[in-house]
Amino acid sequence: MSSSIAIEVVDLEKTYGTVTAIQDLSFTVLPGEIFGLLGPNGAGKSTTLRILITILPPTRGQARVWGYDVVKEADAVRQVIGYVPQERAIDRFLTGREHLLLLADLYHLPKREALNRINELLKLVDLEAHADRLAKTYSGGMKRKLDIACGLLPNPRIVFLDEPTLGLDVQSRLRIWDYIRELRRRGLTIVMTTNYLEEADQLCDRLAIIDGGRIRVMGSPKELKTALGGDTLCLRADPSQTEPLDRLHAALKTLPFIRDSRRQGYELLIRVDAPDKALPAILEAAHRVNCHIESIDYHRPRLDDVFLAYTGHRFQEPTQ
Amino acid sequence: MSHAVQEVLALTQRWIRRLSREKFSMLFTLVQPMLFWLIFFGNLFQRAANTQLFQTENYMSFLAAGVVVMTVLNNGLAGGVDLLFDKENGFLERLMSTPIHRASIIVSRYLFVMLITCLQILVILTVAFFFGVTPETGLAGVAVILVIGMLFGVGLTAISMAMAFSVKSHGDFFSVLGFLSLPMIFLSSALVPLTAMPAWMRAVAYFNPMTWVIEAIRPLILSGWAAAIPQVLTALAILLVFDAICLYGGARAFRRAIG
Repeated sequence: MSSSIAIEVVDLEKTYGTVTAIQDLSFTVLPGEIFGLLGPNGAGKSTTLRILITILPPTRGQARVWGYDVVKEADAVRQVIGYVPQERAIDRFLTGREHLLLLADLYHLPKREALNRINELLKLVDLEAHADRLAKTYSGGMKRKLDIACGLLPNPRIVFLDEPTLGLDVQSRLRIWDYIRELRRRGLTIVMTTNYLEEADQLCDRLAIIDGGRIRVMGSPKELKTALGGDTLCLRADPSQTEPLDRLHAALKTLPFIRDSRRQGYELLIRVDAPDKALPAILEAAHRVNCHIESIDYHRPRLDDVFLAYTGHRFQEPTQ
Repeated sequence: MSHAVQEVLALTQRWIRRLSREKFSMLFTLVQPMLFWLIFFGNLFQRAANTQLFQTENYMSFLAAGVVVMTVLNNGLAGGVDLLFDKENGFLERLMSTPIHRASIIVSRYLFVMLITCLQILVILTVAFFFGVTPETGLAGVAVILVIGMLFGVGLTAISMAMAFSVKSHGDFFSVLGFLSLPMIFLSSALVPLTAMPAWMRAVAYFNPMTWVIEAIRPLILSGWAAAIPQVLTALAILLVFDAICLYGGARAFRRAIG
């Protein structure tokens, strides 16, 4: 069966006792796209994902995956999804191939089909040479590849990836991104959580920014950035310059081309319409109010600007 | 139905693979009860044991029933531990996101624990045989011992799995395990007959299902069918109640954890 909507979530809410993990969550995912849930740790991304893969019942609201209700038709949902968990959900005492053979039985694949598909998947994720080694000898990147192969084994319509590159080195991360793009080429729908801005920006067709259990904004990375309007100037002054910085902040209000400015510590974050005109004007104003500037950073809007604009605070990426 | 069989066999195979690759752990699992309890303890107390009290010349033939049931106890109470690790590292979530019968995981665990326990019991009885212990009721008696042992294991494994699904960390799990296991042994007739226990310990031992299991297995080894049959029937009745309670609690814990 095909569907014009891959996932539909309406007013989803999950509470644990008095703690609300997510609320008022509504979004749709279209077939064939990479949909990202971007947010800091504890924002509610994993909770959302776990509800969608039927292992956590929602407190309120509805979610349909490939047309099936995640609570009432959980078994049907499980037939069309693949899941790549966040933790290294690997059994150290099994080989890579044995992981896939186990899952093949759990998805009730006939033996011959299972063997063919396992070989194909091992080839896809470059694990052929290591397939018969115990997983405890695998590197982080290899485990992640095995995770992905496991998620793909049921030949799913939708793959859910929970933080697919968390803690991986740059090289492995790029490989994983390639695999994910390859899956989209094959027509799969992909839902992933991430707390890497660059990953969301590079990989996702559309994303929802989640913070404090709510969706703050949704759209393609490009839309989100353009919708912000203007470019961002970050102007940093010496710590001794508190007062001049205040004067400059006030002076900026009278300048044209400036959309808004925020004071953060010794920094002014300024969104400007036309940087080529705004920049000289700002420098001139700084000169006029006698404010010594340490550095100026200018960039096109980035996702962290989008995050800041919609949540009111800066995005904290996990430290490696 | 054939799906369920496919699932259970695959999951059981995984447990066996895991054990067979943890060579050290496997060695200890298999060897510990007979080495520590049967051989060391049995020979150590051979001379100290009062033959009148123990109704046998050979303390080891008295102890054999206790060691068999201790093995069932330890295997049963540890039966949930792999599920706990699966829960902690996310493997359980992976399993739960597949279209399997939720019960297949539980059933596979049971199959595995039962299989290992049966093997161990047979090893223990074989070792005991070489120390001169011959079950009076013969091979049929050994079969009955296995059945009673398995029935006791059902309830114990249910307790263990319920704990695995309920505890916050595996530290808690092992604390409770350690707290349960030794008192269960000392407050039963595993090491000495009920008549030789201090009155208050004997009173507690009467409420320990383990006592009744031992009291059924011991005459199968020591005395013969006539003495054993009433004890076996009593044990079966008690185990029926014990298992029902444990399975009910286990099912509730499982449902709460898995939804």
